[in-house]
Amino acid sequence: MTQVRDPGVEDIARRVPGLRPRPQDWLVPATVTGSLVPFAVIFARGVTGRLGANPIATALNQLGLLALLFLVTGLACTPLKLVFGWTWPIRIRRTLGLFAFAAASLHFVVYALLDQLLMVRAIAVDIAKRPFILVGFVALVLLVPLALTSSKQMLMRLGFRRWKLLHRLTYLVVVLGLVHFFLRVKADVWEPAGYALVVLVLFSVRLGFAWAARRNRSALGVH
Amino acid sequence: MRFAEPPSREITPEGVYRSRREFLRRALAFTSTAAAFGTGLTVLSGRGRGEPPAPPAPAPSPDWVPRSRESFGLTEPSTPFEAVSTYNNYYELGLDKGAPSRLGHLIRTRPWTLRISGEVARELVVDLDELIRGFGLEERVYRMRCVEAWSMVIPWLGFPLKKLVERAQPTSHARFVELRSLEDASQLPNQESNVLPWPYVEGLRLDEATNPLAFLAVGLYGGPLPGQNGAPLRLVVPWKYGFKGAKSIVELRFTRQRPATTWNQVAPREYGFFANVNPNVDHPRWSQENERRIGELERRPTLLFNGYAEWVAQLYSGMDLHANH
Repeated sequence: MTQVRDPGVEDIARRVPGLRPRPQDWLVPATVTGSLVPFAVIFARGVTGRLGANPIATALNQLGLLALLFLVTGLACTPLKLVFGWTWPIRIRRTLGLFAFAAASLHFVVYALLDQLLMVRAIAVDIAKRPFILVGFVALVLLVPLALTSSKQMLMRLGFRRWKLLHRLTYLVVVLGLVHFFLRVKADVWEPAGYALVVLVLFSVRLGFAWAARRNRSALGVH
Repeated sequence: MRFAEPPSREITPEGVYRSRREFLRRALAFTSTAAAFGTGLTVLSGRGRGEPPAPPAPAPSPDWVPRSRESFGLTEPSTPFEAVSTYNNYYELGLDKGAPSRLGHLIRTRPWTLRISGEVARELVVDLDELIRGFGLEERVYRMRCVEAWSMVIPWLGFPLKKLVERAQPTSHARFVELRSLEDASQLPNQESNVLPWPYVEGLRLDEATNPLAFLAVGLYGGPLPGQNGAPLRLVVPWKYGFKGAKSIVELRFTRQRPATTWNQVAPREYGFFANVNPNVDHPRWSQENERRIGELERRPTLLFNGYAEWVAQLYSGMDLHANH
């Protein structure tokens, strides 16, 4: 007679399809790994001389665009949940936000260190005199408190309401990022316009749902 | 037919069987998610394109040997052909720097005729090869300073604009010359977009056009102009920002009034009609104090009139260079 092992609650839960736990513990590591790829590609192409004739400008542009991409994907998490009911985007939102900060910081480092060769006066004049650089700089500065308060502990310390209020700064940051992009291009406004359209759609989804929720509440007499 | 039932000790325990399946499932989920994020972000941030391959450097040919070489005191080394032919602003071919070299081959450079019109004794249509035979080829090694604060040194082949102006015989009313570029979306596909009004138009005051530095290039680095550099005929005015150098020119029009030039019409605050290189007049969005020479890491100070003040400064004596930027 073979020995029968006590199945235990977990094993039973695993066998019942509806009860199977779905930890998706691979999700965040996979997002981190994938998000590191474009940085690695820029670095590898830079080191091997495949960023073109003006590698500093290319690295600068690609890192800036990368920061915008992370911001937009981070802002897409809540609308995706609202529209499709998915919860997984919410679990990678913090990762995306931190990568947006990393890309924006590297964008600034490449500008200050490689493009302007740490000429502090030139950088200060640039920030003070040129709206396009000022706008980008403000966006980066506003990302700092968001990155610093991204941990669970900081959320607890601030309290959810205040944390949420603070992190609404992301909306302002993405708008500033888009303005920075619009002011940067010469006549080719289509690329920033495309991103602006995506952001507009994402904001509309949020507003639409917020408006519907308020209407439901008032219909129920709940205030 | 009946299979022998394997002994129970050979059956994989259910836990192991399940955990292996589970491991594979999660490994696949991890890999595909990471790959999707990595690919998506890399393609979008890199605008989906690698660097364009450089065209082969021109082979030496007796047809392209210049009869004179002049560099106006310039001793800085020339920018490699690879960079000159892959890092271009030619909006008719695309907006990023690599697009022109990918699509430059679309321009049908021969036969090519040039129309000479406006305030001239007689309107003319001339064949480009006939002009080259008549004038002969000169080499000019010039600095090229883009308004975007990068620069190159390029050995051009061509002839002085002055020779063509003399041939055109402008009337006494002519005060400006307008240079009009090709308008044909089958050769310049981005003319399908309305990013700029087409055709591209540039212009010079007549005394600027007859300055010895003003040059019409038909080649560079000892060979014909690549399409992306403005084949088969482009303006080179080295004391002005690069956008003044109209590419793929099909018409020279002599006028009484200042021509409505493309960038000046689109954004007059940013791009003046004169567009003389001047470190003291900032572009509203970036400083013009210094520049990055392509291939160098340091920045170089930008020189007044791009280092050609000795030859061109007198054209602007008494003019306010800030107001007439």
